[in-house]
Amino acid sequence: MSDSFNLEIVNPEKLFLSLDNVSEVVVPAFEGDMGILKDHISIISFLKPGIVKVFTSNEVKELYVEDGIIEFSENSLSILTSRIIDIKEIKKDDLSSMINEANEALKDENIDDQKRFLANQKIDVLNRFN
Amino acid sequence: MASLDDLKKRITSVKSTQKITKAMKMVAAAKLRKAQESAEKGRPYSDKMHNIILNLSKNINDKENVPKLLAGSGKDNVHLCVVMTSDRGLCGGFNSNITKKAKSYFKKILDSGKELKIVIVGSKGFDQLKRAYKEHIIENISFKESKNVNYFDADKVGKMIIEKFEKGEFDVCTIFFNKFKNVITQIPQEQQIIPLKSENSDDKNDVMNYEFEPEEDEILNNLLPKNISTQIFKAMLENSASEQGSRMSAMDNATRNAGEMVEKLTIEYNRSRQAAITKELIEIISGAESL
Repeated sequence: MSDSFNLEIVNPEKLFLSLDNVSEVVVPAFEGDMGILKDHISIISFLKPGIVKVFTSNEVKELYVEDGIIEFSENSLSILTSRIIDIKEIKKDDLSSMINEANEALKDENIDDQKRFLANQKIDVLNRFN
Repeated sequence: MASLDDLKKRITSVKSTQKITKAMKMVAAAKLRKAQESAEKGRPYSDKMHNIILNLSKNINDKENVPKLLAGSGKDNVHLCVVMTSDRGLCGGFNSNITKKAKSYFKKILDSGKELKIVIVGSKGFDQLKRAYKEHIIENISFKESKNVNYFDADKVGKMIIEKFEKGEFDVCTIFFNKFKNVITQIPQEQQIIPLKSENSDDKNDVMNYEFEPEEDEILNNLLPKNISTQIFKAMLENSASEQGSRMSAMDNATRNAGEMVEKLTIEYNRSRQAAITKELIEIISGAESL
């Protein structure tokens, strides 16, 4: 227990996941993947589409997030995200519809660089499961 | 006095109305449980979001460059009001309570000579407000098709508001909704979302020092639009729980009233039946006596 900290993942609908024995979390932060261990400095950052990896003593969970904010303080990590799916439960139909969504977003000509980057990132990540 | 047949017909009609209201009450009760649950489940997200924004705004050193969504556009001329109502009726005073609250606010705005713009979510509120405030209503959104309240609907509303704000169409945005307290009590609320009011920000002095990646203002720029959607989503959840609660108590009252009415009508029916029998008896007796 000594090397573990708390993790809470919430989406607008509910508390998605709450664990108190997490040893490491790797999050796809906007400026690059970030690994968080116990006693990390307090940090606020936001996420790009990607995979959140949660390491507990006996398993590794992989979750797809579309966006979100993380806050780490006093050994508890909160991840707020609008869409999160466990990779094991991801379905082919959902995948293709999400990829279509991103492609639609890319078609918009007035899209700014950041949005284009995020949409491309989303397609990249999702294609890995296909 | 109405004839026996008429009374009988009325009793059956009231009874069938009672059946309908009773069924609606049951349905509302079942839906209420679900809505209440999701309203409670949705709270951690909006609370956390609020906390993070609070922390962030305290950590901003460069007061000049505060994002407009947080600080406002510096003016106070055009007010946008988002009135959240239901799509279905028969829910007691639910919609009227919101519109009443909203109307008094509208009056305040108009009296002080400011410009008013109204966005209405839900068709019932539109019905109630269209006559008096037609020229102010700029949009009416309805989510009749979505079965449950979901975040993507809220996000649509949020994005629309932000778009309008960025175009400079308004300076202050306030949302109106019913906060769910319990089945009998729902409190109409007004909440200002643009610029964000940092209520009781002074009493929390324990400012934590956070590392930010990327910079604070960039995070804030990303976070604030999301916060608007989240606040709207929260309002929608509270609203849907309130709607079901309000409908449940309204239908409960209606069922009880129908029961009282059936009782009264039954007594009247019995009395007039007895009166008819007595009358017949008197006629027979007096007929026999006169022989």
